[in-house]
Amino acid sequence: MNEMPTKLDAQKRYAAGVLKYAQMGYWEPDYVPKDTDVIALFRITPQDGVDAIEAAAAVAGESSTATWTVVWTDRLTACEKYRAKAYRVDPVPNSAGEYFAYIAYDLDLFEGGSIANLTASIIGNVFGFKPLKALRLEDMRLPVAYVKTFQGPATGIVVERERLNVYGRPLLGATVKPKLGLSGRNYGRVVYEALKGGLDFTKDDENINSQPFMHWRDRFLYCMEAVNRASAATGEVKGTYLNVTAGTMEEMYARAEFAKSLGSVIVMIDLVIGYTAIQSMAKWARDNDMILHLHRAGHSTYTRQRSHGVSFRVIAKWMRLAGVDHLHAGTVVGKLEGDPATTKGYYDIFREERNPMALENGIFFDQDWASLNKMMPVASGGIHAGQMHQLLTYLGEDVVLQFGGGTIGHPQGIEAGATANRVALEAMVFARNAGRDIWNEGEDILRDAARTCTPLKQALDVWKDVSFNYASTDAPDFAPTPEVSM
Amino acid sequence: MKLRQGQFSFLPDLSDDDIRVQAQYAIDNGWAVSVEYTDDPHPRNTYWEMWGHPMFDNPDAAAVVFEVNECRKEHGGTYIRVIAFDASPGWESIRMSFIVNRPATEPGFRLIRQEAEGRSVRYTIESYAVREPEGMRY
Repeated sequence: MNEMPTKLDAQKRYAAGVLKYAQMGYWEPDYVPKDTDVIALFRITPQDGVDAIEAAAAVAGESSTATWTVVWTDRLTACEKYRAKAYRVDPVPNSAGEYFAYIAYDLDLFEGGSIANLTASIIGNVFGFKPLKALRLEDMRLPVAYVKTFQGPATGIVVERERLNVYGRPLLGATVKPKLGLSGRNYGRVVYEALKGGLDFTKDDENINSQPFMHWRDRFLYCMEAVNRASAATGEVKGTYLNVTAGTMEEMYARAEFAKSLGSVIVMIDLVIGYTAIQSMAKWARDNDMILHLHRAGHSTYTRQRSHGVSFRVIAKWMRLAGVDHLHAGTVVGKLEGDPATTKGYYDIFREERNPMALENGIFFDQDWASLNKMMPVASGGIHAGQMHQLLTYLGEDVVLQFGGGTIGHPQGIEAGATANRVALEAMVFARNAGRDIWNEGEDILRDAARTCTPLKQALDVWKDVSFNYASTDAPDFAPTPEVSM
Repeated sequence: MKLRQGQFSFLPDLSDDDIRVQAQYAIDNGWAVSVEYTDDPHPRNTYWEMWGHPMFDNPDAAAVVFEVNECRKEHGGTYIRVIAFDASPGWESIRMSFIVNRPATEPGFRLIRQEAEGRSVRYTIESYAVREPEGMRY
């Protein structure tokens, strides 16, 4: 379907009036993207009667230089260069009325080192455009020249491990529950028990900031008492993600500085603070040797539906540029959205030096990360010790496995819950390294480990039947034949 | 108190055969295995004493077990760990670390609190063992 309407000569092109976007130069089927172009892949659902190519050209136009009518002032600029170019439109396999539109943007359209500027163009106006029923940003190719204008993760996986002195196994964490209502003193109790029992981290939840039941300074002070007590009890480096999210940057910096003064190794922010605030905190984290955890609070409002919004894989790319160290990325087996193939795509974006195109994982472009640090994915939500073989198989070694209910809900208490998770994890890593088939022998490996660990035996008994098997709402659409889907 | 550093410190102590199997996993991944010991187990004591250089060109984990046992003969009363270095681009750091020997008793760590302004506390962790000079601690 990629042939096209004719290009107009300059006199006709700039005559006053309204032209089709395709005729204005936003559709160039012969265009070969430059290595330095930013490329966006949109899933477009045109209104009935709207041609797919015209819709793609309109998206290119509205996300770059166009307005709804012809303007003569274009001719004062090198407008050919600044126009985004839709260069390819393919029907989405098995989804009538939906199209993948490839759009290339010249690098000069963007300010270096600014997610705010990148997104103001790419998702700024165009999502409300009337000729479209729905629009989704599925993936982006970020040229190396642009990647290099960003700091990237403040710490990165390798240095995080060096600082924590933890190698060769996933990190373990838990979110303190109940997430609202505990006093500072009671909250620190959960932190102490969980860390002493064998977790590396505990975590504030996204909406724990500074509320009447627990003000932030109290939380920080009691948590650091717990962290240091647990460190002395085990001889390990321990951490708790102190959530510094607040109403202003000034207040976030104040809270982060206090966390630093208390010796915390990590602070936390929420995605809802916005891209610029995230970049500012990433810079602060780099300047202060602090690991920066990002909770993706709010993302499902725009990432979950297949036809409209922004895919989480794009958010993951933006966050690697912005410079966070930890980001939640799904568990596959837990209670939250996460198809295995799609989740693998996210994990690759977090952790690999280079992502080759992998349509089966929703990755549409080769992406080179230009030695930006790697982000540590965080798996959280409805997981427990009995799934350890599945978690290690799906998610690999560089991941934080967070068992909230799966630690605090243990029948013998929080410390026992933490120990059950740690023993299950170490036994599974040991077995994998020893060459065992953990996918098929996982339950045996856990049962063997439970012979010398009563807390693990209890955990396996309590949660043996818990699983969350629902159909995913967001799985990759691809056809295995390259002619159709590439 | 049991020192919980390393990737297998919540499992029963490793046998020589366990050590061999894990070291072979590292070797098969192309990582150089090394033996280190210390009598200062503070969690931020990064530089344990090296029992020789990392074994860069060694294909057989039996040699690692041999070195662990040689190290035990001289430093059996201290902590000994096996670590694996990965020189691949983008990593160039440690991939594995596990304790293979412990002192007969592990007295643990003392938590020292210095009360500072605004209810802040400055924490210091110190192994009870390091009150004695090096070499006389365990």
